[in-house]
Amino acid sequence: MTVMKEGAHGAGTKPVDVQDPRLSRFEIVREGARRDDIEIVTYESQFPTPNSKAEKRVVRTIALFFLLSGAAALAFLGFYIWWPWKFELGNTSSDYYTVLLGVTLGVSLFSLGFAILTWAKKLLPHEVSVQDRHHAPSSDDDRLIAGQTMAYVVDELGVQRRPLLKGAIALGLAPLGLVAVAPLVGGMIQNPHGDDDPMLFTTGFKPRDGELIRLTREDGSPIRPDDVSVGGQITVFPGVPHGATNEYADSPTLLIHLRGGDAEKARAALDADRINQGVMWGNYVAYSKICTHAGCPASLYEQQTNRLLCPCHQSQFLITDNARPIFGPASRRLPALPLEVDDEGFFVASSDYRETVGPDFWERP
Amino acid sequence: MKRRKFDVAQVPANVGKGVDDRFQAATPLRGLLNKVFPDHWSFLLGEIALFSFVIILLTGTFLTLFFDPSMKEVPYEGSYSALRGTMMSAAYESSLNISFEVRGGLFMRQMHHWAALLFMAAIVVHMARVFFTGAFRKPREANWAIGVALFLLGFLAGFTGYSLPDDGLSGTGLRIASAIFLSIPVIGTWASASVFGGEFPGHLIIGRFYIAHVLLIPGILLALISVHLGLVFKQKHTQWPGPMRTNANVVGERMFPRYALKQGGFFMAVFGVVALMAGLFQINPIWIFGPYRAAEVSSGSQPDWYVMFMDGLVRLMPAWEITLPIGDGYVIPPLFWPAVVGLGALTTVPMFYPFIEARRLKDKASHHLLQRPRDNPERSGVGAMAFTFFIIATISGGNDVIADKFHISLNAMTWAGRIGLVILPPLAYYLTVRLCLGLQQHDREVLAHGVETGIIKRLPNGQFVEVHQPLGPVDDHGHPLPLEYAGWVVPKKMNRLGALAPAIKGFFFPIEKPSEAPVSPGMPPVSPREEREEITTGR
Repeated sequence: MTVMKEGAHGAGTKPVDVQDPRLSRFEIVREGARRDDIEIVTYESQFPTPNSKAEKRVVRTIALFFLLSGAAALAFLGFYIWWPWKFELGNTSSDYYTVLLGVTLGVSLFSLGFAILTWAKKLLPHEVSVQDRHHAPSSDDDRLIAGQTMAYVVDELGVQRRPLLKGAIALGLAPLGLVAVAPLVGGMIQNPHGDDDPMLFTTGFKPRDGELIRLTREDGSPIRPDDVSVGGQITVFPGVPHGATNEYADSPTLLIHLRGGDAEKARAALDADRINQGVMWGNYVAYSKICTHAGCPASLYEQQTNRLLCPCHQSQFLITDNARPIFGPASRRLPALPLEVDDEGFFVASSDYRETVGPDFWERP
Repeated sequence: MKRRKFDVAQVPANVGKGVDDRFQAATPLRGLLNKVFPDHWSFLLGEIALFSFVIILLTGTFLTLFFDPSMKEVPYEGSYSALRGTMMSAAYESSLNISFEVRGGLFMRQMHHWAALLFMAAIVVHMARVFFTGAFRKPREANWAIGVALFLLGFLAGFTGYSLPDDGLSGTGLRIASAIFLSIPVIGTWASASVFGGEFPGHLIIGRFYIAHVLLIPGILLALISVHLGLVFKQKHTQWPGPMRTNANVVGERMFPRYALKQGGFFMAVFGVVALMAGLFQINPIWIFGPYRAAEVSSGSQPDWYVMFMDGLVRLMPAWEITLPIGDGYVIPPLFWPAVVGLGALTTVPMFYPFIEARRLKDKASHHLLQRPRDNPERSGVGAMAFTFFIIATISGGNDVIADKFHISLNAMTWAGRIGLVILPPLAYYLTVRLCLGLQQHDREVLAHGVETGIIKRLPNGQFVEVHQPLGPVDDHGHPLPLEYAGWVVPKKMNRLGALAPAIKGFFFPIEKPSEAPVSPGMPPVSPREEREEITTGR
């Protein structure tokens, strides 16, 4: 318990001899503050008298919060050890494991924080101190000395006077600097156009050894035209090993069975296009599922309006018009996959995509 | 041989002597113990970010003990039966195992994620405080720039972090990141191929993001946070104007005992809030999303909140593709502008704001006293403009959810965002400037005429007038002498002038007799009441 320190003035007061045995501890502290250019303006207890009723009440509150913190921490440990924690399907008591941990730990930490805050705010004396900022820059002499010293260092090295050294340093250090960067750049750099099948322009549907690639489901089974009902759609993958995995992340394709009228419209629009001529088979059309904007799967097919919507950034593509973008940030249509049916009656891609699949980039032709 | 008597009371003194003999610690320690900090609730917003960062480090270290940053495909065999037998990356499997097979692992994961969200939120709010009060002015420009850099680093730390579990949502985020790399003119395809080690997604990206997330970015964050705090310490904290406060001093509490204790208590309270949130509010339930498949995505795919502004800008960007008719033709996709130029500009241009403002005002002085937002209407307007932009972009990042929940057309939401992004920020600027000027004028009015008392007086001629309580001395006719505005709160209610009786402490019964209560409990006025006018002349 600290009581009001009368006349607690530092910077304005005279220095005292801290070795003086008659000084109180606070007087030494105040002298220390004075030496740091701090004036302790007020430092007074929050209570009118020591051991007042109000003070005891605050002490009890603080003690209660410390005890509550300990009790909640014990509860945390108890739940942590004994509460069933293994996940089980259905409504089980393990569902509450994380909740109990959070609540007990939260209460424990919060009580501790509250105890400390109450201690600081209610029990410790109120204080107003004023400290000088000392934000003046270094003295002109010091600035001059520091500047001249650095200039002196440069002079002594004499690089300015010795052009040979200047050139030699440049020629010596620049290559060494490049050496430091080389492994990072050299190790990480990949030529996106280096492969025989440039990765940006090839998908899993590119015919292999003259064999056309089948359209398959995720489990690898091929698809007959009857498998897709009128107005229906199905996500298909190239029928190659790992064709449905992320190894072929740009190959997922949406196979759509259009209704009669829509199919006529779509065919007219596709055949009028130089690139998309003849990609449909019957009333079926297949478009790349990879959005030309940011590469998300444009997977929400609105049957009534024949729109395909990408849920990431809401680009919308019109199926009956070359999958042209009609809303949102996408600027390029979804490429169409040319369809055929092979001798066994399964869908195949008659060639790879005729346009570049996936998000746009600089050198896309 | 005579044994020297061992005096327990002398131990601390002897240890202290020994330490000082070796490290000469006493003099600097005196300065540290004595350092004075100004106190205001808004100075604690940055502390929340600091404490959250500590929580992130603690919980994150726990998570690394169980996480496997590998993209090898493995079948899931854990206790979450809905995914059993599914092929998935080892990263996703180990993230599921942290959630289901590690005791308390889900709690740690949720604590890590919530602390990260709180970290970014505290940074933004702290930044707003610093901006609107002009705390970034000379000599603190460098610390402002470091703070802006910390936001960008936190953004990157968050993005790399939520990519790691390799669930359906984070894979979609990575897909978009690869598209953003691809959209960069000239070097885009090379950059994407180099970062992902070939075609998206490749087999390396999780490992690369992992080392960035747990070592590189936190290392830089830690270094910059240290410099940030070191500069605050060296340059001393800014303070509000007020009694005794000048540009050349700091008025507050010494670091010890009270200030440091309060910081410790505040840390525990922040920690407790994060623990409560982690226990009560589910976050990022990765088991629902399933492993990442290039062909699968769900609607309502939103990133963490601090990435939503960028996602929103990407959604609002019109489909403006630039084609250069050279050779086969070259393309700048519309994605480039919001995602690369937008993010780059929004995280670098603000760094230069202190210099821009100082140049515009031809202000070369050092400022240690804060300004109330109303006292610099243009700055407040610019800030309101920036935040309006940020908020519209963030809301647009979730426009599909809003359209769904409120039955609004999705396209209407997009158009509202596009139009709002252009129209609302200038409107916010105008309104803020007018609001600031109005508040300034009202302050001046109260200083000139006094506080409205609510007492209506009827004059002999029948006219009603309200009696005003002057804030300072009056002239011979009883009219208040004009007071100068001191940059600090002007009392505008009689209660502020002591018209309200002091509160009596105690919940069920008074713990002290009302007569014993001081005029202002525990806080007698620093200057005598008669000289009240001094309060308003702090400078």
